[in-house]
Amino acid sequence: MRLLYFAWLRSKIGLAEESVEPPAGVTDVAGLVEWLRGRGPGYADALANLAVVKVAVNQEYVPFDHPVGPGDEVALFPPVTGG
Amino acid sequence: MAVRVQEADFDMGAELAALSAGNRRVGALASFVGLVRDMHVDGDGQPVSAMTLEHYPGMTERQLEAIEAEARARWPLEDCLVIHRYGRLEPGDRIVLVACASPHRDAAFEACRFLMDWLKTKAPFWKLEETPEGRRWVEARDSDTAAAERWQG
Repeated sequence: MRLLYFAWLRSKIGLAEESVEPPAGVTDVAGLVEWLRGRGPGYADALANLAVVKVAVNQEYVPFDHPVGPGDEVALFPPVTGG
Repeated sequence: MAVRVQEADFDMGAELAALSAGNRRVGALASFVGLVRDMHVDGDGQPVSAMTLEHYPGMTERQLEAIEAEARARWPLEDCLVIHRYGRLEPGDRIVLVACASPHRDAAFEACRFLMDWLKTKAPFWKLEETPEGRRWVEARDSDTAAAERWQG
């Protein structure tokens, strides 16, 4: 699974992207976020308030109960501020 | 129909001229250009010396294409164009151009506004401002969400 982080999530986590193999129990975005929080203080800080975290799976916005699997591209980022 | 995400500036006049060139059904051409301001509008009014726009290559283009397709489904547009820049920009620099060509002005005006309102809440761009107190990420505004929601349903 390929993970991408943008804006302040990238700064806090300290990575723009990474490949991960979460445990089999991780089946949706919420489970993935919970697993990521345990990977270090940067992750825990970045993912502390999910009200300001948006998720895209394979470049489409999804809710936190959306399933995730090994081949997916999952992006975590703050609410967008373009235009 | 075109969506472009680019670091380079664009020529407003040339882009608008090209959008209606050779199409005599176009009676109205509306456009919006967003520029970098020299201060933050919310709260403290801190001066902004520059900003860097980050985006999600791939998803950005997909989202802009989806937004443009939605505009074309809602209004009788002959053509439309979205150009959005990324990278480091300074006050006065152009950020975004949205333009819609239609037989009539109502469709062109409304589609232009719709494209901007949806783009601001859906296209994956983020602004990092440079101020005298350091760099800070611009926060999403509730008023932008409200503007986008007016077009739902």
